[in-house]
Amino acid sequence: MNMTLQEYLKSSELELGNTSDAPGGEHWRYNVSDDQIGWLVLNCKDASVNTISDTVLRELETHLERIEADMPRALVLRSGKPAGFAAGADIHALAGMDADDTGQLLRDGHALLHRLAGLSCPTIAVVHGAALGAGFEIALACDYRIAIEGASFGLPEVRLGLHPGLGGTVRLPELIDPLQAMQMMLTGKTAHTRRAKDLGIADMVIEERHLRNAILAVVHGEVHHQTRGLMGKAFGLSAARILAADRMRREVQKKAPKEHYPAPYALIDNWAEHGNDPDEMQKAEIASFAGLLQTETSKNLIRAFMLRQRLKQGAKAMDDIARVHVIGAGVMGAEIAAWIAMQGKQVTVSDPDESALGKMIAQAARLCKDTHKDNLQTRDTLDRLMPDPKGYGVRNADLVIEAGPENPETKASIFADLDSRMKAGAILATNTSSLQLAGLTNHVPEKTRFAGLHFFNPVSKVPLVELVSHDATSADTRARLMAFCKGIDKLPVAVSDAPGFLVNRALMPYLLEALLLMDEGTSKTQIDRAAIDFGMPMGPVTLADQVGLDICLDVAESLNTSLDSPVADIPALLRNKVAAGDLGRKTGRGFYDWSDGTLKPGENAKTPPDLTDRLILPMLNACAECLRKGVVGGVDDLDAAMIFATGFAPFRGGPMTYAAARGYDTIRQRLSDLETAHGARFAPDPYWTTHA
Amino acid sequence: MTKTQDVFLIDGARTPFLKVRGKRGPFTPVDLAVQCGRPLLARQPFSADAFDMVILGCVNVIADEMNPARVAALRLGMGDAMVAFTVQINCGSGMQSIDTAFRTIREGSGDLILAGGAEALSHAPLVLQDDAVDWLAGMQTASGPLATAQNALQIRPKHLKPVVGLERGLTDPITDMSMGQTAELLAHHFGITRSMADTYAVESHTRLAAAQQDGTFAHEVLPAFDRDGNVYCDDDGVRADSSVDKLRGLKPVFEKPYGQVTAGNSSQVTDGASWCILASADAVKAHDLTPIARLVDSEWAALDPSVMGLGPVMSVTPLLSRHGYGVADVDLWEINEAFAAQVLACLAAWQDPRFCRDVLGLDDSFGVIPRDKLNIHGGAIALGHPVGTSGNRIVLHLANALKATGARRGVATECIGGGQGGAMILEAV
Repeated sequence: MNMTLQEYLKSSELELGNTSDAPGGEHWRYNVSDDQIGWLVLNCKDASVNTISDTVLRELETHLERIEADMPRALVLRSGKPAGFAAGADIHALAGMDADDTGQLLRDGHALLHRLAGLSCPTIAVVHGAALGAGFEIALACDYRIAIEGASFGLPEVRLGLHPGLGGTVRLPELIDPLQAMQMMLTGKTAHTRRAKDLGIADMVIEERHLRNAILAVVHGEVHHQTRGLMGKAFGLSAARILAADRMRREVQKKAPKEHYPAPYALIDNWAEHGNDPDEMQKAEIASFAGLLQTETSKNLIRAFMLRQRLKQGAKAMDDIARVHVIGAGVMGAEIAAWIAMQGKQVTVSDPDESALGKMIAQAARLCKDTHKDNLQTRDTLDRLMPDPKGYGVRNADLVIEAGPENPETKASIFADLDSRMKAGAILATNTSSLQLAGLTNHVPEKTRFAGLHFFNPVSKVPLVELVSHDATSADTRARLMAFCKGIDKLPVAVSDAPGFLVNRALMPYLLEALLLMDEGTSKTQIDRAAIDFGMPMGPVTLADQVGLDICLDVAESLNTSLDSPVADIPALLRNKVAAGDLGRKTGRGFYDWSDGTLKPGENAKTPPDLTDRLILPMLNACAECLRKGVVGGVDDLDAAMIFATGFAPFRGGPMTYAAARGYDTIRQRLSDLETAHGARFAPDPYWTTHA
Repeated sequence: MTKTQDVFLIDGARTPFLKVRGKRGPFTPVDLAVQCGRPLLARQPFSADAFDMVILGCVNVIADEMNPARVAALRLGMGDAMVAFTVQINCGSGMQSIDTAFRTIREGSGDLILAGGAEALSHAPLVLQDDAVDWLAGMQTASGPLATAQNALQIRPKHLKPVVGLERGLTDPITDMSMGQTAELLAHHFGITRSMADTYAVESHTRLAAAQQDGTFAHEVLPAFDRDGNVYCDDDGVRADSSVDKLRGLKPVFEKPYGQVTAGNSSQVTDGASWCILASADAVKAHDLTPIARLVDSEWAALDPSVMGLGPVMSVTPLLSRHGYGVADVDLWEINEAFAAQVLACLAAWQDPRFCRDVLGLDDSFGVIPRDKLNIHGGAIALGHPVGTSGNRIVLHLANALKATGARRGVATECIGGGQGGAMILEAV
C-alpha cells in the first residue's frame, strides 16, 4: 500500500471531458466528446489559480473561431484547476497600463465575450470554487451557470478602487435583481453557493459527480432560467434608478467617502444614467474603468492587494505544525487558541484559572457563530480546542505559544517548566508585545527554536502577525513559523527584536500624541474624527481602548526606557485610567464607555489645523526610524504590516507610500516645524534626509 | 488451552457526574465521552490512532449519535481506520466494554483498547404514546384533503402526553416492577430496615465528600467545559452535610406509604462518562507504559429479574471460587450502589449460611465484607448512576484505589436491571 484511501479517491476529482490530451495552447484545451459536447477547459500555465490575462483572452479567441466553424451540441466552459474557476483579471499586467491601452484591451475583451455570448449552441459555465472578477464575467457571458457545491461568485473590483470592466456591470444587473447586482458590485462581497442560486446567478447547484447528467439536462432543454421578476422591469425606468441611486450613494458615503473612494460612485452614476441601455452602459463601463485605473486610490489599493499576495507567498516551506499548545487563556491567548482551532489544528490551552478556560470555550463558540460556521464545523472546532489545566498538550505540541502575563519573571518560570517536556524539534513562540526577546532567551529550552509570534487584538479580525527573530533564532524556525502563519490564514511579517517590534513602535507615538492632545483640551471625538477622515479605520483613542490601556502603558513604558530617540512623556491620563482599572473595551470602560460592547464615534467634530499631521507624522517618523535600523525588511513589508495590522488607510498605500506621495522633504520640513512648536519628540529621523 | 496474554489497566479518566436537574444537561453521551477522552488521550505517550479498537457502553443512545463509540472515536481524532462498537447490557454496559476489551487482548487479538461508558440520562427521550404514533402515521398516509381532515379530527388530548423514556427504561419489562420495587423486595427478604439503608447512604456521601477534599480524584475526574463557558469540576450530587436525621424525613418513592426505598437511599439520576485504557504486556513494553492494575478474571451471571439486586452475589461467588479465593483474599470492594437496601441485601445474603448453602452451593456462609473495605470513597448514592457508565467507573476507581491504598486485590461488581450481575477481579501491579 503506497496510497491512502483518501488519496486514491482524490485522484479523480474533476470531470474535464477528456481535454487533458486535447489540442490547445498554453492556457486552454478544447475537446469534443462522443456525445458532441464541446469541453473548453482553462488551465493557466505555471499557476495554481487561473487569472484572466491578455494572452488568456487571445487564446480564447482562437478557440471560439474553431467552435464557430464546427458548432457542438453544447459548449461547457470550466476550469481545470482544483483551486477554483478563476480569480479575476491579471492585476500585475493591468497595474502598469495607461488609459488608452486599458481602453483598447477592454474593447477587445468585450467583443470577445460578445462572441461567446452569441454562439448558437447552449453555453454552460461550470463553476467549482471561486469565480471572481473577470472570471465571473466570462461565466456571465454563458447561457447557463452550473455551480458545484462550494462554488462562489463575486465582483470584488471595488476593493481595488475599480468596478467590473469586462461587461459585469451590464450583464449582472440584466441577469439578477439589479439592486442585488449593484449591492454585490458596491460591496465586492462574494455570493456563496446557496446565495448564488437564490439570486439567480447559478441555474443549479450540484455535486461534481452529477455533472454529466446535469449537462445533458441542459442540452435536452430541461433546465429553465429563473425569471428576474418585476423588480428588474421597474429599474428599466430612469426615475426609479435615479431614486435608487441616491439611496446607494448615501449608503456608500457612510463607509467610503467619495474623495477617497471614487469607484463606487462611478458605478452608481453609470447605472443611473445608462441602466436601460446595454450598449451605452458598456461604453460607460470601459471609459470609467480606464479612468479609475489611473487614480491614486486604485494604484494604492492594488498595491495593498499585491502586498497581501506578497506576504502570503512569503512562506515557502510546508506547514508541518499540526498540534499547538497555548499557555495562558487571557484575552489574547484565548482568541489565538480559538482562531487556530478554527483553522483546523489541534489546540490545547493551559491556564491555572479553570474559569478562564471556560470563558475561552464560550468565546470560541461565539467566534464560530460570528463567522457563520454550521453545527458540525462548530462542533469540530470546539472538539479540536481542548482546555488543558494540567498542560498535557505540551509533550505532543509541534508549537508552544506562550501568552502569559507580560512579566519577565513569570515568563521565565513558564519557560523553565517547559524545559524537559517539549518534544524534540518543537518551537517555542512568545506573544509578548512589550518585552524584548533578548531578555527572555536565557530561560528557553532551545534558543534556535525560540521566536516571537505577535498577534494583534482582536485576533479574528486583524490579519497580520509579527514574526520576531532574536539573534539566535534559526532560519529553519523562521521558515516553519512563516508556513504556520499561512496555514492559519494569517499574514506574517518578519521583524527584528527591537523595542515594540515594528507595529507598536510605529503606533505608540501616534497614540501618545492623541492623549497629549486630549490633555491640551482637544476632545477625543475630534481627535478620532481627524484620524478617520485621514482614512484610518478608527481613531487613536478608540484604538487605545480596543488594544487595552494596560497594554498601551506596558508598551509605552518599555519604549520609553529602551529607545534612544525622544518619545512623548506618558500622559498621567493613561496612568490614571489603568490605575482605576478602566482598561478599555475588555473592561467595559476606557476613554470611552464600552459597556454594551460597541461605540458610536462623534460625527461632526471640526478638525483644527495641524491636528492630522500631529497624529500621523509621529507614526511616519517612527516608521522611518524602523527602516533605518532594519527592524523590518523594507518599505513593502513595512507598508504591508501597517495596513494589515492597523488598517492604515489602504487607499494611501501604506505610511511610506503616503510619505513618498507628499515627498520626504515635505515630511521632514513639517516635522521640523512641529518640533519647533511642540518639542523634540517630532525631531525628524535622519532617514528622511538620507533617502530623500 | 492456548497461552493467554496478561491484560493491564494503564490509565483512565472520567467526567464529573452531573445530577439531572429537571432539564437537559449540557452534554450528550458522546460529548461526555469526548470531554474526558481528550485529556486522557493527550496525557498518553502514544498517539490516538495507536489503539486497536474502541468499545463504549451506552444504554440511552440518542438519535443523532447512533453507535456512539464510533462517533466518539472520530471526534477524538482517533482516525478513520478506528474500529469502534457500542455495547449494551443495561447497568453493566461500562463494565461490558472493559470485559470485551479484556477478553480480546487476553486471547491475543488486540494490544491496546479504549473501553468506556457514556450516559446522558438528562437526554433520555420523551416517547410518543402508541396511539399518537398511529395517529401521526395516519396523517402521513392519508390521501386527499378529506381523508386528512378526518384523520386530523381524531386527535385526543392524551395523545400529546409523552411517555418518559427514562421511567420506562427503569422498569423491568418482564415483571413490570420498577428497579426501586426490586430493592423493596430484597429489603423485605433480607431484613434490611429503613434506618440501615439511610445510615449506609449517609456514609456514601461523607466518604465521597472527604475524597473530593483530599485530592483522591485529581487524576481520575477531569473537568468538563460546556459551550456557555461553564466549568464542571466535581461530582455535584454529593451532600457533605447529609445525616440520618435529614434522610429520615423523606417519603418512600416506589411503594407508598410503607416502603423504605427513598430518593435519599437510592442512586441519583446522573449524566457522566468514563474511559479505561487496556493494554497487553507487549503494548506496555512498546510504549513504555506504567500499568495501574492487572485484570485477573471476570464473570457474568443472570437471575430472576425481580431480585436483580442480587446480581453481585450471583456473579462474584463463582468468580472467586474459581480462583480459590474467599472474602479474606479481597482487599477492596466496589459494589455499585443502585440502592442502599440492595447493597446491604447482598452483604446479608453472603452472611446467611442457609442462602449460601442452598443457593450458592457453598459449604457455609461466604463471609462478612467489612464496611471499611467496601466503596471506600463513596458510591452511586452520592455521586450518581449514569447507567452505561457506572460499571466502567467502579473498575477504574478500584484500580486507582488499590494503588492509592497499597492494597493487592480488589473486586468490582454491579447489579444489572433485567436480572443480571457482572464482576471483575483486579490486582495491583
